[in-house]
Amino acid sequence: MADVAIPRAKPQISEDSAWTQLKHNRNWLGFWFMVPAMAFLIFFLAYPLGLGIWLSFTDTRIGRVGHFVATENYEWLWDDSIFWLSVFNTLLYTFVASALKFAIGLYLALLLNENMPFKAMLRAMVLIPFIVPTVLSALAFWWIFDSQFSIISWSLRHLGLINQNINFLGDTTWARICVIFANIWRGVPFVAITLLAGLQTVSPSLYEAATLDGATRWQNFRYITYPLLTPIIAVVMTFSVLFTFTDFQLIWAMTRGGPVNATHLMATLSYQRAIIAGQLGEGAAISSAMIPFLLAAIMVSWFGLQRRKWQQGESND
Amino acid sequence: MRDFTRRTLLQGGTALAATGMLTGPALFDFAKAWAQSAPWKAEPGAKLTVMRWKRFVPAEDDAFNAMVAAFKAATGTEMNVFSESFEDVQPKASVAANTGSGLDLAWGLHTLPQLFPTKVLKMNDVADYLGKKYGGWTDAAAKTCKLGNDWLGIPVATNGGYMTYRKSALDKAGFKEFPKDFPGFLEMCKALKANNTPAGFALGHASGDGNSWLHWVLWGHGAYTVDQNDKIIINSPETAKALEYCKALYDSFIPGTASWNDSSNNKAFLAGELYCTANGISIYVAAKTDASKKELAEDTYHALWPVGPVGKPTELQLALPILAFNFTKYPNAAKAFVAFMLEKENYEKWLDGAQGYLTQTLNAYESAPIWTADPKNAVFSQASKRTLPASGIGTVGEKAATAIADFIVVDMFANYCTGAKDAKGAMAEAERQLKRIYR
Repeated sequence: MADVAIPRAKPQISEDSAWTQLKHNRNWLGFWFMVPAMAFLIFFLAYPLGLGIWLSFTDTRIGRVGHFVATENYEWLWDDSIFWLSVFNTLLYTFVASALKFAIGLYLALLLNENMPFKAMLRAMVLIPFIVPTVLSALAFWWIFDSQFSIISWSLRHLGLINQNINFLGDTTWARICVIFANIWRGVPFVAITLLAGLQTVSPSLYEAATLDGATRWQNFRYITYPLLTPIIAVVMTFSVLFTFTDFQLIWAMTRGGPVNATHLMATLSYQRAIIAGQLGEGAAISSAMIPFLLAAIMVSWFGLQRRKWQQGESND
Repeated sequence: MRDFTRRTLLQGGTALAATGMLTGPALFDFAKAWAQSAPWKAEPGAKLTVMRWKRFVPAEDDAFNAMVAAFKAATGTEMNVFSESFEDVQPKASVAANTGSGLDLAWGLHTLPQLFPTKVLKMNDVADYLGKKYGGWTDAAAKTCKLGNDWLGIPVATNGGYMTYRKSALDKAGFKEFPKDFPGFLEMCKALKANNTPAGFALGHASGDGNSWLHWVLWGHGAYTVDQNDKIIINSPETAKALEYCKALYDSFIPGTASWNDSSNNKAFLAGELYCTANGISIYVAAKTDASKKELAEDTYHALWPVGPVGKPTELQLALPILAFNFTKYPNAAKAFVAFMLEKENYEKWLDGAQGYLTQTLNAYESAPIWTADPKNAVFSQASKRTLPASGIGTVGEKAATAIADFIVVDMFANYCTGAKDAKGAMAEAERQLKRIYR
């Protein structure tokens, strides 16, 4: 049998057009599908972040281009008592509001997870604060806590419990309490409804088995509900902390950072310095100074979740 | 955004006719004649986008809109006008300056044109034309808009804020007339408090009211943030005296002023909780136009700011300059419109519409009918003459504007009055903040 020379097919990859490669190479196809998302992320997330950080190293003002001033903005902020007051206020606001939002939200979620009459209506009612536009609720609280026209002061005066109006937004301590209260009111539905969604995923058979073993309600919560809810709690609290830390509208509409800067958060101070006073570079530096705090909040949640090996089918540490 | 048509003009005219203003066809005839003889001829097909601050007195807005519509009808210039709140005018004008598009004219506050001097159309010819024709510009108005010999914009008006008080409360406190000096004013505030008819002035982040009255107290004691060379001089014995005086006043105020914004005193006064404050004429106008507040309107009077130990007026009134951007495609139309706004046939009627909320910056308009139409309007006619520029005795410009916008003086007084800091601490903090701005 004579050998038959079978011509070998030439490798064609290098000669294929991009369109042919796109049709046959799944990796290329995947890449092209990713391009719009990448472009979106770069233009709308990475670029503004990078620009903000760059501005913080310049003396840019609204209306004119700035020059590179290295860390000068940060050096001035380091000695700026109002900046440090805003850092203190932001941490206090975030910590107290987030903790209380979690406690109240968890309590409401557990309550709404029980069988009770009008359950659907009650669940819908819990969402009301969340669907009211922030500025509208802030204006309502501004009226509620107004120095002269507060409905609370009015009621207490008519009940004979106080002689003069409570100086809600004019006193530094009261003002902090009022803005934290408003933030809690607004943020609780998000925590409650998300945790409720998590509770719905817990199998009732676990509770039945535990009850047969004689577990109390507290033990049910401690050893079934809480461990299974932990991943949801981590995500909810991460978002809750981020939203609270970067809050702006509520403060700006209610107090504009007053009285005497007692409610100025880093976000509101950044806006005042950058937009109202026109110093974009300095405002950007204040905003950039928020990044380490926000990263820390995300890291705590992220590593907390990573440590829970049960998510990969292993037991916890 | 609002597009002006002949129909708008006629509608505006109907609304204004009740106040005896030049309206409808008469306004149009004037505008047409003016356009033919004006030094600036609008470019064919010109289109102007104008941003202005949001009106506080509706009739002022009507008068402005009628004027815009007449200009459009007479020159063929398309006019798009939109309003922004006081706080938003500067950022939006700055964005336009940065991007070189979006706006042709911006009518804003304080020293707006000084924020981007390289981006504005020089208005020297318009300022010369109007100045010569109408008796010259007031000193503070010129300082607000001039850089060297160049006019960066035109000072259209001043929003005057003056003492607004209830005469019955003053009578009861034993004051036949409003005090003219600082000691008398303090005594009056104490007496008002004793009678449970308190005074109250904003100590919160109130851009207009808070900055106005606290700069008045500061300057009235001979203290300033910076001197003529922009050297920071806030930390001084004069400032300490101003702080002491302000604390004494604050103790006599209605509770809650530390949290007040620009609308708080209006609200409290109209509700009958407040008996003396400093404000534009809007409180009185609101009371006059509300039938249920007739008694309050009759009892409401205005007075000049008392004079401090320095012995001369030290008021800070809100300047309202207009600028045209140098990237506008229609510079002649822009100049023509600005000049048209301030012509007697328009301007006096416009002042009428503003009912005292706006004060002229051209000396000839001191005799405008609005100032004699109601004796209670009269003090507001002096706002442009009595005010210092926003920089006090320092240089007008972006740094002075920043210091005002950043509430440096307001926070210093609020810190001391509320007990958050002692006098030295409050002055030191203000000094530090000013060094940050004037570095």
